[in-house]
Amino acid sequence: MDKLIAGVNVSVNEEGYMTDSSQWTKEVAAAIAAEEGIELTDKHYELIEFVRNKVANGETLTIRGIGKSGVVSAKEFYGLFPGAPLKKATKISGVPKPTSCI
Amino acid sequence: MKKLLILGAGTAGTMMANKMRKQLARDEWDITIVDQYKTHYYQPGFLFIPFGMYTKNDVIKPKSDFFPVGVNVIYSKIDKIVADKNQVLLDEGVVLQYDYMIIATGTRTAPEEVDGLKGNLWYKDIFDFYTIEGAVALAKYFKTWQGGELVINIAELPYKCPVAPLEFAFFADAFFTERGMRDKVNITYVTPLPGAFTKPRATKMLGELLEQKNINIIPDFNIMEVNNEEKKIIDYGGKEIPFDCLVSIPTNMGDDMIERSGLGDDMNFVLTDKFTLRQKDHENIFVLGDAANIPTSKAGSVAHFAAEILEENLMCAIEGRPLTAKFDGHANCYIETGYGKGTLIDFNYDTEPLPGSFPFPGLGPFGLLKVTRTNHYGKLMFRWIYWHILLKGKEMPIDSEMQMAGKKL
Ligand SMILES: Cc1cc2nc3c(=O)[nH]c(=O)nc-3n(C[C@H](O)[C@H](O)[C@H](O)COP(=O)(O)OP(=O)(O)OC[C@H]3O[C@@H](n4cnc5c(N)ncnc54)[C@H](O)[C@@H]3O)c2cc1C
Repeated sequence: MDKLIAGVNVSVNEEGYMTDSSQWTKEVAAAIAAEEGIELTDKHYELIEFVRNKVANGETLTIRGIGKSGVVSAKEFYGLFPGAPLKKATKISGVPKPTSCI
Repeated sequence: MKKLLILGAGTAGTMMANKMRKQLARDEWDITIVDQYKTHYYQPGFLFIPFGMYTKNDVIKPKSDFFPVGVNVIYSKIDKIVADKNQVLLDEGVVLQYDYMIIATGTRTAPEEVDGLKGNLWYKDIFDFYTIEGAVALAKYFKTWQGGELVINIAELPYKCPVAPLEFAFFADAFFTERGMRDKVNITYVTPLPGAFTKPRATKMLGELLEQKNINIIPDFNIMEVNNEEKKIIDYGGKEIPFDCLVSIPTNMGDDMIERSGLGDDMNFVLTDKFTLRQKDHENIFVLGDAANIPTSKAGSVAHFAAEILEENLMCAIEGRPLTAKFDGHANCYIETGYGKGTLIDFNYDTEPLPGSFPFPGLGPFGLLKVTRTNHYGKLMFRWIYWHILLKGKEMPIDSEMQMAGKKL
């Protein structure tokens, strides 16, 4: 389905995750972040770029991987996206929600 | 002579040694298997040890009992794989050459990954049950424990046998009830998952079971550290949970040797194609069991189903044909729920665990997502099947591919 975010029509799934990563812009990210109660800083954008690159390369995202990214530590990651950092960070980065597999 | 090399003689490596010795002519193929230890542990049995249901002797046998005639066995630690040269370096400088190789080095617990987990209280008030040492130490501890806060914590995903921590919680409830001290024991299940399990229906069913048994669940908890002085676990978000006894499922990682060899992901699991079971970058290397990074459960049953696929694909590769078998991620797990009963889940990459009957549609005898006495016997029977059928690579009356018949959508 389509949703109007930051003045543009963006396709999202029922949970609000973008289904077409190419529609992502900084403005869209800021609007989704605002819905989550987060105001994006430069550090957020740096991490978003890391997340988008990882996913574009087909790699899986984990809290461990982000903690080792050199961008932020795992603890800082929680500080940037409080509560459920992976779920929020992926939503704001316009990439699919990571599935946990055990 | 051509050479097939198998790294690791646990569940997966042992099965493949048996299967491939039957497939490959003895006058053309050498098969060599390497492991650091001489004892085979029946790991599913570790769950029963803390509650005095099994002892150490019930879960160990010599590895040599399970190797077929005509396979070379080397007991040594593997230091490194040099895939570009088709070589494996063992400790003490031995070099092995291979034409084809199967990596089956499994996963190990890495308690050192969480700050404070291996601190002052390790094996005093903090235990794991994923190792024989931990399970035995916990059995001793429970014999005299007076009760208090029992916290079960999963450190990180993925971890092998994803139902084992739940079974531990169910067993603990029954164990302390039978000892007449359940009112003195508060059981809390703390997990990084958003619920009791990953998939919707199994999560609902298992979540309800926890509730019925008065076991608290704290989801979305990613542990950062254990505070030994104040006896509490703390997550990255700042949540704190006090404990008197902490039962930890530490981070599970592939062997360090995988990292040294440059073949793994950031948890040292080998990069593997989830359908063909071939290593991502090397055409003559295949991966079976917990060592692979494929997105399904790390369990003996999965290794068993995948072994049939690997056998076929390895023969295709050796004979220069395209790989024809495709693994579907099939997993099948009996779950002990205490008081002589159990439940069962069956699923794969695409299909979540569904209710129904197994393996014969409508007949069972096992009930999927139902708590029955027969399911508990299924789990107990599994030990016999493991030693006598599974490790020897013999056929079982269960399809390697998951079946939809008998399931309710
Ligand atoms: C508590 C518990 C309960 C479980 N319950 C169930 C269950 O009910 N059902 C089920 O299906 N599964 C269950 N499992 C999981 C099951 O035991 C494993 O998935 C299975 O044993 C995996 O087999 P594997 O061959 O991949 O690894 P393993 O059997 O662990 O074998 C790996 C082998 O590689 C060797 N190795 C590793 N690195 C090196 C090295 N550098 N040099 C030399 N040797 C090396 C090790 O010594 C080991 O022998 C349970 C596991 C645990 C811990």
